[in-house]
Amino acid sequence: MSAAGDRRPAPAQGPGGAGAPPSPSRRRLLLLAPLGVAAAAGVGFYAMLRGLGTGSYDPKGVPSALIGRQPPEFSLPPLEGADLPGLSSADLRGAGRPVLVNFFASWCVPCVIEHPQLMRLAREGVPVLGVAYKDKPADALGFLRRHGNPYRKLGVDLPGRVAIDWGLYGVPETYLVDREGFIRWRWAGPITDDTLKQELQPLLRRHA
Amino acid sequence: MIPELGHFALALALALSLAQVVVGLWGAQRAEARLMAATAPLAAGALIAVAAAFACLAWSYVVNDTTVLNVVQNSHSAKPLLYKLSGTWGNHEGSMVLWVLILALCGGAVAGFGGNLPSALQARVLGILGLVSVGFLGFILATSNPFDRVWPPPPDGQGLNPILQDPGLAFHPPLLYLGYVGFAVTYAFAVAALIEGRVDAAWGRWVRPWALAAWSFLTLGIALGSWWAYYELGWGGYWFWDPVENASLLPWLAGCALLHSAIVVEKREALKTWTVFLALLAFGMSLLGTFLVRSGVLTSVHAFANDPERGMVILGLLALYIGGGFALFAWRAATMVPTGVFAPLSREGALVLNNLLLCSIAAVVLVGTLYPMFADLLLGEKISVGPPFFNLATLPLAVPLVLAMGFGPMLPWKRARIFPAMQRLWWAALAGFAAFLLCLAIEGWRIGPALGFAAALWAIAAAAADIADRIALFSRPQAAWARAKGLPRAAWGGALAHAGLGVMILGLAGMGLATDKLALLKPGEATTLAGMEYRLTGLADVQGPNWTARRATVEVRDGDRLVTVLEADKRSFAVARMQTTEAAIHTTWARDLYVVMGEERDGGAVLRIHNNPLAPWIWLGAAIMALGGGISLSDRRMRVSAPAARPVRAEARA
Repeated sequence: MSAAGDRRPAPAQGPGGAGAPPSPSRRRLLLLAPLGVAAAAGVGFYAMLRGLGTGSYDPKGVPSALIGRQPPEFSLPPLEGADLPGLSSADLRGAGRPVLVNFFASWCVPCVIEHPQLMRLAREGVPVLGVAYKDKPADALGFLRRHGNPYRKLGVDLPGRVAIDWGLYGVPETYLVDREGFIRWRWAGPITDDTLKQELQPLLRRHA
Repeated sequence: MIPELGHFALALALALSLAQVVVGLWGAQRAEARLMAATAPLAAGALIAVAAAFACLAWSYVVNDTTVLNVVQNSHSAKPLLYKLSGTWGNHEGSMVLWVLILALCGGAVAGFGGNLPSALQARVLGILGLVSVGFLGFILATSNPFDRVWPPPPDGQGLNPILQDPGLAFHPPLLYLGYVGFAVTYAFAVAALIEGRVDAAWGRWVRPWALAAWSFLTLGIALGSWWAYYELGWGGYWFWDPVENASLLPWLAGCALLHSAIVVEKREALKTWTVFLALLAFGMSLLGTFLVRSGVLTSVHAFANDPERGMVILGLLALYIGGGFALFAWRAATMVPTGVFAPLSREGALVLNNLLLCSIAAVVLVGTLYPMFADLLLGEKISVGPPFFNLATLPLAVPLVLAMGFGPMLPWKRARIFPAMQRLWWAALAGFAAFLLCLAIEGWRIGPALGFAAALWAIAAAAADIADRIALFSRPQAAWARAKGLPRAAWGGALAHAGLGVMILGLAGMGLATDKLALLKPGEATTLAGMEYRLTGLADVQGPNWTARRATVEVRDGDRLVTVLEADKRSFAVARMQTTEAAIHTTWARDLYVVMGEERDGGAVLRIHNNPLAPWIWLGAAIMALGGGISLSDRRMRVSAPAARPVRAEARA
């Protein structure tokens, strides 16, 4: 778009009629401001989009301080009537293959949504270890009877103390512990079909 | 065959739009009358082509053509027809086609009804609109083709997200897009004005109806979305300051400022640079919203296509339109010469104040929306900015805005005195103050809602006082009817829109007093909330067209009188493997009785019961605001060119 039109000589005058008119250079600076702000935002957005591609920027991820470290020490009692062993940190240390630790509760609706995916993982032979978070034993038992049991071991964390040590964001939440016993991945929220295909299965293959 | 026709029509539209850009901008620059005259037919042609493409896509949805990938991913044969049709724009690709269709409609309208524009201005406006069309048509064809085929065809589609299967949401996107895209026209006018280096009263008069129409549609669209969230999501809330909600609020705020400052340009030839800036900003905010929703840079319940590749293309378009617009602004805006001078206390001054406050609110919302993203990017910190921040930061700006809204229309142009306005408004202030005290007396020390009631009463009474004053209701009552009939519709519309905001604030203040409780009830048991008794009478299985549900039946009694029977559902959709809650709502207009069913345990059900005073008035107020905009738009002066009406106008070619 080339310069043309009836360009009139521009007297220095403010945007409104009121008040003292700013000097021409200040006015020019003011007129440039929107472009500057927009450009800065644009550079930021560009960096975000680049980061989305490389994985350095992820609006969905909730980072965990535990990634790359060993899980905190804990020992949880078994769920009565479930006929499953309880869960302790010793079970996660050097299991020889990656295991999943899943925090759930019978009162959480997203847990019901993610349950079929856990069942599928269990059928495929992935060890899924469970922690029943702030859940009455009878309710947790009812939950497993109704929806099936994907867990090899299950600890009951009624007061939620262990969950605090893990830095739990909410239920459901799932951690991947690799064969050496280091936490590699954390997923806050339900594991959906997409999560399974796009995130978890590649990780399981990599750490197998 | 039909999808291929649609694809071809999109490509044809791209070619026509490209021609529209070249012919419009080049023709106006060279002052070639024949070239300029060709832009309007080209715009009409582009409209026909885009409309044909949209019709082809809608057809594929209606007949559930499973050879079209887009249909497979977003539709299902068992869906009701309305949702098959709304499925057309219920996904990324289809909604982009709708976006471009509305843009083409705007172009067609400028071509058809813009016969009274100077031909160079019309050609430039159409050229810029064509440029916007080219970008988005190119984006659709390159990255988001809705007509992609899939072979062999699957037996049926995957269904539309069940929470989107709702009449309110079916019309939410078209209304929003009418708003967003409407600002493309004001943007085009602003860019054309920058190219020509001239803004005058006539320019203001042409821009204002577009700003007004876009703003009215956006008001309706946002209100519909908020209403949907209220009754469908079952949280009992109506506005969550979600980034995507904010993205729709930003152009609304900028557009609201624009339509007020355009009045000053039209009447007084002042605030020219500022108005041009607002016109660029309003469309810029619309595009920013498009980018945020579709690029995947933020998470939200509304987010569409999480595809960084697409995000890059949209960012490129943003750089072209917003960056180009602001660059032109920085280069050319200095040539705008303000002619009208005014005292700080005047109608113009009040409108400047309105603009400053609206833009401050917009700035607060923009910062609150983008801050978490930039904090994540630059500092690697996860921060969420929620309702407490937004409520706290916008309230101190909203209070003076409503206060000034009452005074503004009472002040004469150029120079005003505060005393005569106060003389006419004392009873509105009294009404507000009385509401404030009354709320404190009844509800105790609840300063927020009390302020809200005061603001609502003040706004409504001030709008009434404005009309009463204009028709001289009290000073010469016998002539009032005649004066009322003679009063321009813009005055009625303005007052109505201001009163509508008051009605909306009334609803917001009422919702500030909302109460709720969780109760585990077995059938036959009851609980009370806000003087009403809620008795669970039964739990049952229900079968719907494409869902099954557990239904809680709740009888609500006020003393011995049965008020209503509410049926709250928890629905399971088999195809989508999703559960939704259907809140049961009964409105008495004084309040909403609102019941949501939670999980079942121990033979009973957990019920969440909300008592929402004055809730429906929020959306009624928004509808009144939009109606005010519509009435204002029907004003004869809006449709007649300045300075003198031309009797023969070009017929609509669209």
